[in-house]
Amino acid sequence: MLATILRARFTPLLALAVLMAVIPLVAPSAFYLRVAALVWIFALAALGLTILMGYAGQVSLGHAGFLGLGAYGVAIGPAHLGLSPVLSLFLSAAAAGLIAYVVGRPILRLRGYYLAIATLGFGMILALVFNSETAITGGPDGMQVARLTVFGWRISGTQNWYWVAAGALLIGAWIALNLVASPTGRALRALHDSEVAASAVGVDVSRKKLAAFVIGAVYAAFAGGLLAAMNGLITPEAAGFMHSIELVAMVIIGGMGSVIGAVVGAAFLVVLPQALTAFQDYEQALLGLLIMVFMILLPGGIVPTARKWLLERLS
Amino acid sequence: MSLLSVSNIGISFGGVVAVDEVSFQVAPGEVFSIIGPNGAGKTTLFNLVTGIYKPLHGKVLLDGAEVAGLAPHLLVRRGMARTFQNLQIFFRMSALENVMVGCHLAERSFLLADLLGLPSVGRQNRLTRERAMALLTRVGLERHADTEAGGLSYGVLKRLEIARALAAEPRILFLDEPAAGCNAVETEAIDHLIVEIARSGTAVVLIEHDMKLVMRISDRVLVLAQGRPLAEGAPLAVRDNPAVIAAYLGNHGQKEAQRAHG
Repeated sequence: MLATILRARFTPLLALAVLMAVIPLVAPSAFYLRVAALVWIFALAALGLTILMGYAGQVSLGHAGFLGLGAYGVAIGPAHLGLSPVLSLFLSAAAAGLIAYVVGRPILRLRGYYLAIATLGFGMILALVFNSETAITGGPDGMQVARLTVFGWRISGTQNWYWVAAGALLIGAWIALNLVASPTGRALRALHDSEVAASAVGVDVSRKKLAAFVIGAVYAAFAGGLLAAMNGLITPEAAGFMHSIELVAMVIIGGMGSVIGAVVGAAFLVVLPQALTAFQDYEQALLGLLIMVFMILLPGGIVPTARKWLLERLS
Repeated sequence: MSLLSVSNIGISFGGVVAVDEVSFQVAPGEVFSIIGPNGAGKTTLFNLVTGIYKPLHGKVLLDGAEVAGLAPHLLVRRGMARTFQNLQIFFRMSALENVMVGCHLAERSFLLADLLGLPSVGRQNRLTRERAMALLTRVGLERHADTEAGGLSYGVLKRLEIARALAAEPRILFLDEPAAGCNAVETEAIDHLIVEIARSGTAVVLIEHDMKLVMRISDRVLVLAQGRPLAEGAPLAVRDNPAVIAAYLGNHGQKEAQRAHG
């Protein structure tokens, strides 16, 4: 019974929804809600990377670049082009997808380390542009972001942002779960295991990789847009190299190829630094140490290991 | 007219000629075996014809159309499927899912529909699942359907690869050592399977080291040695060809064979 529930396709979605409903009831203050909202937003970005890395097996070390595109899109649209913030959010996600398509075509011919380095370079270029185009992006100081307005309702306050972020993540998770169980999802998982066998049964490997790259970029851009709008401020740091690495770490720590894994990984890397502030000077060192310990003890990632353990117990 | 016609195909790697001036034809429903000592270039020849390598020279005609140098995913659309000598299995997917991926070409799939989980995706999935299950049953693996491929034995995976290749509904199927590493019972099952595939009209091109298997089921045999064709013909004629015996066993073997034939 419990094993069947664990294996059911939309169980992760249900578990996520329950968690989202419970947190506001038990959170002692608005600060906790804000951290939770950040977790949902980063989980959305990590989820996009999960589709690329966990399903299709392609590494991207420049994914924060797409996050930055979404974030700056939401900031620049209203400030320089007179567009509504919500329209800017969707437009910049679409633009990120388009850029991913154009950049991905040549990049995704590369494999392994070479692909990693190429995406790294792409992310660095974007961060550089955000940093140096001061007239448009405000340079290193960043820029203010206008409030999002949906049908006359201005989204503000921690509580409202909590629900917006939660809703966005639920939709993202639903789409990711649909994808895994579809012909495209099967093709992605297949080429992850053997590109040569996938192409031998008719899978157009480069086209499928490109699709995963574009989907991942749109997820990241959407998350970036939400992040910028919630914070009301965006700086080039959001698109930086460290952020890209953090996103990759979320996917790996949580568990590659698992939707809930992306959420757990995001929670790990958003909540822990907050929790570790008590250790002051040793915060970064402790965070690094914890990441190492988790990877050594749970090399498959937190969620897949826990799931396997539970299924074995139940059978 | 022959289904597949390969003429004067060749490739070299860094100056070393791996396959040189090889030609052969395969008719529909025929079992055509390629044999030869280790390093003779059999798998390289497979890779040339099935699009993994681009031939340096030569022609590959499938149903009269030139297909040399086409990518594997395009060749399979034209009816050419294959298995691999060193297993190429989707290890983290179940046996059934492996074969479902094999059905990729027959699937109608749109990215947006897949992302939104439209009802059409569910219908397509059910259809693919049924087809894949039927193929697993055909190769005798239906009871392994839901097992992760990584946990299956070598002999089972060999048959799983054949089922996955059959899912593409090929007109010509390339099998690279399907019985390698299999026990006698598994070899017999593969033997029957190949004969049945050929009888259904699909041509089978076979690389195999198990000579008993080759002699039993082949219509014609091509012998390669050092990348060049050595002999071609009916199994028995090829077996008794002194040049073939020499290639396999050296000159000593040739004398032995001559003595045996008295």
